[in-house]
Amino acid sequence: MTQAEFLHIVTPFKDKVFRLAKRLLVSTEEAEDATQEVLIKLWKNKGKIQGYNNVEAFSMTMTKNYCYDKLKSKQAQNLKIVHSNYEDKQTGLQKQVELHDSMNWVEKIIEGLPEQQRLIIQLRDIEAYDFDEIGKMLDMKPTAIRVALSRARKTIREQLTNTHNYGIK
Amino acid sequence: MVLNKIEALLEKYENGETTLAEEQALKQFFSEEDVPAHLEVYKSMFAYYKVSQEEVFTQKLPLESKRRFTFKWISVAAAVVLLFGFYWASSESSEDLGTYDDPELAYLEVTKSLAMISEKLNQGTSTIGYLEEVNKGTATISYLKELENATQIIFKEQKH
Repeated sequence: MTQAEFLHIVTPFKDKVFRLAKRLLVSTEEAEDATQEVLIKLWKNKGKIQGYNNVEAFSMTMTKNYCYDKLKSKQAQNLKIVHSNYEDKQTGLQKQVELHDSMNWVEKIIEGLPEQQRLIIQLRDIEAYDFDEIGKMLDMKPTAIRVALSRARKTIREQLTNTHNYGIK
Repeated sequence: MVLNKIEALLEKYENGETTLAEEQALKQFFSEEDVPAHLEVYKSMFAYYKVSQEEVFTQKLPLESKRRFTFKWISVAAAVVLLFGFYWASSESSEDLGTYDDPELAYLEVTKSLAMISEKLNQGTSTIGYLEEVNKGTATISYLKELENATQIIFKEQKH
């Protein structure tokens, strides 16, 4: 397999791998390292790629496992929190600032969730995978995913309502 | 979309029962300007999900490991060729002493080279031929001796 062929396979989901890694590791640099690591591992095992019936799901599982290992290892003890730049061209400046602020809150609330719920929110609400695909990636049953997802969505909504009501922001 | 329907969808959403299409509809609804105040909370949430989906991985992938491998081996091959070349060239010149196994051939070769030496030597001696002219010169000088003899005789006569 040539480099071009490999990149052709990898390009559609490399951003998803990166975003999943960032959801778990928070830091952009750590997530970039993780993405490189996962894709290079895939490149080294390129002979086996044709054998996997779903390279994307396989890569997402690899990313999840890699990030779990990272989080467990001592290196990850002092991960930095890096904010990304949000863009919203539709609303006016004042609104934009407000929205930006509350979007930061959403990010922080998701960061506070248990790792598994973070993964599921990422895969479902951001990447829009169906439950079967998520089940393959996380090795979970669809019903268990539904329960975790419901819990996560409720927590996010409750905490967001609290910040709105009490004006903590 | 009717507000009732949105609220019903939101409840389904929180129970994890919405389909992907329904979730897409919710995202679409909350990305528009006029969201009722009591649903404002969801706006930033769905906006965040939408924005998060646009983040991309911009690093380059270092996949050149295979190419680097061949370059390394090319340099190794070049070094081996050079070393072998030097060894071969030096052993070639030291081994060949111009010896012959066949005595007849050796004799012929020796006569050939000796003939060459004598030829060159004769070329040298031919230039020595000029020395004969010098001898001629000295022979004429011997006439001067005769002259001296004659003058000596004359001086003897005067003394007497």
